[in-house]
Amino acid sequence: MSSFNPHDYDVVVVGAGGAGLRTAIEASARGAKTAIICKSLLGKAHTVMAEGGAAAALANVDSRDNWMVHFRDTCRGGKFLNNWKMAELHAKEAPERIRELERWGAVFDRSKDGWINQRNFGGHAYPRLAHVGDRTGLEIIRTLQDKGVHSGIDVFMEYTVVKLFKGDDRISACLAYERETGRFHLFNTKAIVLATGGVGRTYKINSNSWEYTGDGQALAYEAGADLMDMEFIQFHPTGMIWPPSVAGILVTEGVRGEGGVLRNNKGERFMFKYISPLFAKETADTEEEAKRWLEGDKTARRPPELLTRDEVARAIRAEVKAGRGSPRGGAFLDISWRDPEYVKRKLPSMYHQFMELAGVDITKEPMEVGPTMHYHMGGIRVDAESAMTTVPGLFAAGECAAGLHGANRLGGNSLSDLLVFGKRAGEYAARWAKEHPATKPPAPLAEAAVAEALDPFERPKGENPFTIQESLRETMHEYVGMIRTADELKTALEKIEELKSRARNAGAFGNRQYNTGWHASLDIGHMLVMAEAITRSALAREESRGAHTRDDFPKTDESKWATVNVVSRKTGDRMTTVLEPLPRWSEEAKRIITSKLEDVSTQAGGAP
Amino acid sequence: MWRGQGGKGFYVDYEIKREVGMVVLDAVHRVQASQANDLAVRWNCKAGKCGSCSAEVNGVPRLMCMTRLDSLPTDAPITVAPIKSFPGIKDLVTDVSWNYRVNKRIPPLTPKALTPAERLKGEFNMQQRDIDRVQEFRKCIECFLCQDVCHVLRDAEKATDPSLEGGFYGPRFMIRIAGLEMHPKDGVDRVPLTKKEAGIGFCNITKCCTDVCPEHIKITDNGIIPMKERVADRYYDPIGIIAHALGGNGKDKAGAAAEDGGAR
Repeated sequence: MSSFNPHDYDVVVVGAGGAGLRTAIEASARGAKTAIICKSLLGKAHTVMAEGGAAAALANVDSRDNWMVHFRDTCRGGKFLNNWKMAELHAKEAPERIRELERWGAVFDRSKDGWINQRNFGGHAYPRLAHVGDRTGLEIIRTLQDKGVHSGIDVFMEYTVVKLFKGDDRISACLAYERETGRFHLFNTKAIVLATGGVGRTYKINSNSWEYTGDGQALAYEAGADLMDMEFIQFHPTGMIWPPSVAGILVTEGVRGEGGVLRNNKGERFMFKYISPLFAKETADTEEEAKRWLEGDKTARRPPELLTRDEVARAIRAEVKAGRGSPRGGAFLDISWRDPEYVKRKLPSMYHQFMELAGVDITKEPMEVGPTMHYHMGGIRVDAESAMTTVPGLFAAGECAAGLHGANRLGGNSLSDLLVFGKRAGEYAARWAKEHPATKPPAPLAEAAVAEALDPFERPKGENPFTIQESLRETMHEYVGMIRTADELKTALEKIEELKSRARNAGAFGNRQYNTGWHASLDIGHMLVMAEAITRSALAREESRGAHTRDDFPKTDESKWATVNVVSRKTGDRMTTVLEPLPRWSEEAKRIITSKLEDVSTQAGGAP
Repeated sequence: MWRGQGGKGFYVDYEIKREVGMVVLDAVHRVQASQANDLAVRWNCKAGKCGSCSAEVNGVPRLMCMTRLDSLPTDAPITVAPIKSFPGIKDLVTDVSWNYRVNKRIPPLTPKALTPAERLKGEFNMQQRDIDRVQEFRKCIECFLCQDVCHVLRDAEKATDPSLEGGFYGPRFMIRIAGLEMHPKDGVDRVPLTKKEAGIGFCNITKCCTDVCPEHIKITDNGIIPMKERVADRYYDPIGIIAHALGGNGKDKAGAAAEDGGAR
């Protein structure tokens, strides 16, 4: 008897966050027999945690906005390492994806005129984030979930994919195990879309849920796909840092969008000191101008608290280093100067989060915040239009895919990313499935993979997988954090090798049913692939750019590094890291990113 | 902590070191990482936003991630048990699939005809005050604590009948229906569904659901009672019945089916 249950599909989507759900809805709508496999219950994926909003140039609140400004902001924020074609598609298609969600039931906050309201966020020239208070991610995932259940998609909840298979050099199947029973399932399929999110759980202080162990990226890597830009880890500047048990939980950038200011332990509003030349022309240089901007004066420039995340995170770190940090090594974020009722209405989750977890009333006192590992700009290399990876029949969308965000992601661009490229991945995966016959089921290979997955049970007295995971998280935090040097990165690589041998001795005990320890022992394999790729890429990129800062190469080097991606791929049993040229920018794209803001803005009455 | 499988089990004592600000979920994780690797527990966000870590802490249904240890008495052990309305799978994990089956039976938002301006723009035009109530219901994180404490779901076995017909959808899905019914642009008449399949008549307004809601949604006052009123107006109030039969009961909904006009 076979040790797994077989299933047959046209398209299998791995992951049920925003990207996975949007993909599955599209694939199913285009006639593909579609399954969605997710590690948690439906509707619990990390998208639920996205707070601030989804960026889309609807121009509802400021008629100067349009797709070109959004495109320009995204590429400047990404320090021009973005795949320009992805950034263009994203900026052009995001508005329609947001409006479509509204027709599917999402209830966005309204502007005075009754249209979808938009708020300010770091790096966006104009108010651009469609939002629902500070629970936009919940609204989006719930809308997609409710749409999805009426779309003829089969949902396999609390299933974990452990292996991808190829036949005739293209995708043919994946093997998953069912958490509730510990049974295995083989999904024979023509196309697989990975939408598995990020890698936050490889870091000690992070804002991510348990699922963020880089599964999709590691599965793709093992199947022969390229990983790209893995060195770019976004540290969100404002995570909670007190009490210790909540360290890392996100404080939405919406706080700064609504007027929150950052201060050091001397009470100084320090961001004015950290305005980089790239953004100097578009950023206020006095408190007076910043205040006028917040009051809606269109001639005033944005406050420096709304610089991009990499800039703000580095500024906080610099203040701490200079001895001006908050008592627990961060900074103070203060929104208490605004009307308490306004704060409660616009930031209800933040109000409750601080009240209940830290005993702090944010309408009366400042929050203490510090950088937390939040997002991975790097990931699986994909084709801009189709979202297909370098493995035929294998697609990727959302955080696990690379390219759109370059060296640093703007807040709000991830929710629109997953909608735009989720839809595209679903469309092209369905098309691929139609054009390609099924390949032969990989039964003997699957049997071997089942045995491999069950291996930890052979060592009931083996090392505790949670301990190994914790060691990895500490290693990454200490040696591959916000600021890096060659020596530390090399130390990290040695430690990762040690952890690999420890991982081979990870043990599981008890039975297979809902066994979290067993699951943790399987996750380690993925996390180690991620850790190695991040570290090797960080070592390769000998410059500082966006979220990647090298203490030994502090300058941004436009002569060499502006034009290459760092690509990691499996060669035999080893990971190789190579530099490959960025796709060549079109003349039009070049013109837009080098234009002055006023020259690409819609001049007058430009609302569509 | 409750340990067991398939609903059978017993409490096991674990000791951990307390730290400042620790929540119950931290304590459970510490036990899992150091003493019981095979302990089954659901969690995702650890910030009160995903609704995965529902459990009964000292007998009270709560989110473990939002329950600080220093809010609990220190002179006795803290008990952590799975929520009771749904069948146990293992340890703190229960089978909540019934809720997903219920959700699937609720028709999606079906927009009514758009105004020319809306069509042109591809967006709904709605005032914030007209959607405040709907947004309140949409804050639901599906932790199912309201379903757990609902007397109807706890006591009446038929409430969670797999066929669902003649049962009760529970408070979570009452506000889901209410959120659609009160959506200014929804074109489906949801009063018959509320009365019949969803069984709103079973609710006897004890407000237990409202009390446990971690999102502080006024489930009973703002969701269930107004829906009960709509059902009563339609089915039990003679004037409402006549008005509805004539197609003008003041409710701006397209397609209110005439067959539902009669009292039963």
